[in-house]
Amino acid sequence: MAAGHTKLRVMLVDDDAARLTMLEQALVAEGHTVAARLDTHADLPSAVERCQPEVIFIDVDAPGRDTLESLNQLNREHPRPVVLFAARSDAETTRRAVHAGVSAYVVDGLHPTRLSALMEVAIARFELHQTLRQELDQARSRLADQRDIEKAKGLLMKRRGLDEAAAYGLLRRMAMDRKQRIGDFARVLVTAADVL
Amino acid sequence: MSRAALEKTTLRIGLLPLADAAPLVVAAARGFFARHGLQVELRVERAWAALRDKVAAGVLDAAQMLAPIPIAATLGLDGVAVPMVTALSLNLNGNAVTVSRPLHQRMREHAPARADAAQWAQALARVLGEDRKAHRPPPVFAHVFPFSTHHYELRMWLASAGIDPDVDVRLCVVPPPRMVGELAAGRVDGFCVGAPWSEVAASRGLGVTVATKFAIWNNSPEKVLGVTRDWALAHPATHRALIAALIEAARWLDLPEHRGEAAQLMIERGWVQAPAETIRTALQPQADGLLFHRRAATFPWRSHAIWFALQMLRWRQCWAAPDLGALAREVYRCETYREAAALVAEPCPPSDYKVEGEHAAPWLMAGGGAALELGPDLLLDGSVFDPGQPLRWLERQPAAAGMVDRAVLRAANLAPE
Repeated sequence: MAAGHTKLRVMLVDDDAARLTMLEQALVAEGHTVAARLDTHADLPSAVERCQPEVIFIDVDAPGRDTLESLNQLNREHPRPVVLFAARSDAETTRRAVHAGVSAYVVDGLHPTRLSALMEVAIARFELHQTLRQELDQARSRLADQRDIEKAKGLLMKRRGLDEAAAYGLLRRMAMDRKQRIGDFARVLVTAADVL
Repeated sequence: MSRAALEKTTLRIGLLPLADAAPLVVAAARGFFARHGLQVELRVERAWAALRDKVAAGVLDAAQMLAPIPIAATLGLDGVAVPMVTALSLNLNGNAVTVSRPLHQRMREHAPARADAAQWAQALARVLGEDRKAHRPPPVFAHVFPFSTHHYELRMWLASAGIDPDVDVRLCVVPPPRMVGELAAGRVDGFCVGAPWSEVAASRGLGVTVATKFAIWNNSPEKVLGVTRDWALAHPATHRALIAALIEAARWLDLPEHRGEAAQLMIERGWVQAPAETIRTALQPQADGLLFHRRAATFPWRSHAIWFALQMLRWRQCWAAPDLGALAREVYRCETYREAAALVAEPCPPSDYKVEGEHAAPWLMAGGGAALELGPDLLLDGSVFDPGQPLRWLERQPAAAGMVDRAVLRAANLAPE
């Protein structure tokens, strides 16, 4: 069971000491390192800075959640997966959050034996989200490209009296001459035209 | 109104323990929800992130949210990326920037008597200059959430005096109920927070308020009622009923004689863990204080959605180039507001957009039916924001590395021809 999965540095944030102990024992048994155990009053930014955890476990209702969220915003290039857990009494939150794919993952009552599996799911989901976000960014920039190309084409058609195909051909050649992506060059052209 | 048409009548609504949760508390306690066929359970949360997650997961039907939250969620900037919408603004004004006594003492040496918000910021800039010469570490200023009005207000206050919020000071996030404790412990030197926490710092002699939200941006939007896009789609009649009930609660709240009773309701609930007197102070009718209904306080101006997206771009929280007009139409549901307003005979503004930074006094927005009185809307930095030319405002701000390329932004915001 312990073999085959990644060993991670984990930070735990919770006010329930018994739950913290159980969580730590379970993680250590799975070969992970618990870099820090903190209550929810702790200074999270310095703790994260000091311990450099790879994953953070935090109570879904901890007041420090907003602080943690700001750390991931500041560190956008390398945000850390956050595993949220809810008290057993809040089973509905758990069930629905898992179902909706909210945040990383919510551990149902912290069944110790399931921790590693859950952590891997959390990280996989986190990475998937990162990938989706990158793809979304790329899609957005492609969309911007298309608009600029249309606009630049329109400019060339109007200013040089070309038909659409000729304008596109000219735009492509101009971009190639300057070793630029056609979208980037179209953007330059459109902006320049706006200024002139 | 026909109750049979409601898709859902039992709702759970989340809020944070702050004075401006008053419309929700009043709507529940004074029967406004019930009058519109709704049975509402209010749930107090401890973090904006928890509140947003529970709305995203459907544990809560709706929640009091910081105005930028539905925008960040829809843009996918927040790590959850569940699109959200709002069709109701819950209040204007209410926040304040407060600094510790020791920092205030030092600022006073550089400020005129009875300094205003801009002069306090200039005094801070001089203190920072002294600190740099003496190689002292920069002071720490706290706000409440990356996508919060407080965050942008603090940054605007600092930037108005040429202070670079990312270089000259250290910014951090602290939950509102812990702000005063952090100030007392000396871990933060100042903060921007919602009522009544500045009032608490003042009453304990720990801090001095140097800029109100009103002084930073007159009558600016604060909290909204947020739901997921899917929830809004599946529950249009319930959404309208909810908004109608909250408009009525807001109307009740802005009659000056009701403010004391509202404070009493908040105190009796015991959710806000602050001295009763500070809650009363926060809800007292004041020219620059909390507004719930007057001056079209409940209307979800699309221009405000554009404004918040611009702050995300200016401060490099947004790395994509959104079509700002489309974003505002998607997230701020003015149509839904207008339908709900019709149920309770609430007059609506003739436009979904307004210019900010042009009015130093109350003014009338004419058009359509009767003219609507709106409040002053000046910005501390003297800038004017025209939602018809949103990028103009951004282009007048200093450029910084990491900002979305302006040409790309322009391309994404080309007016349809």
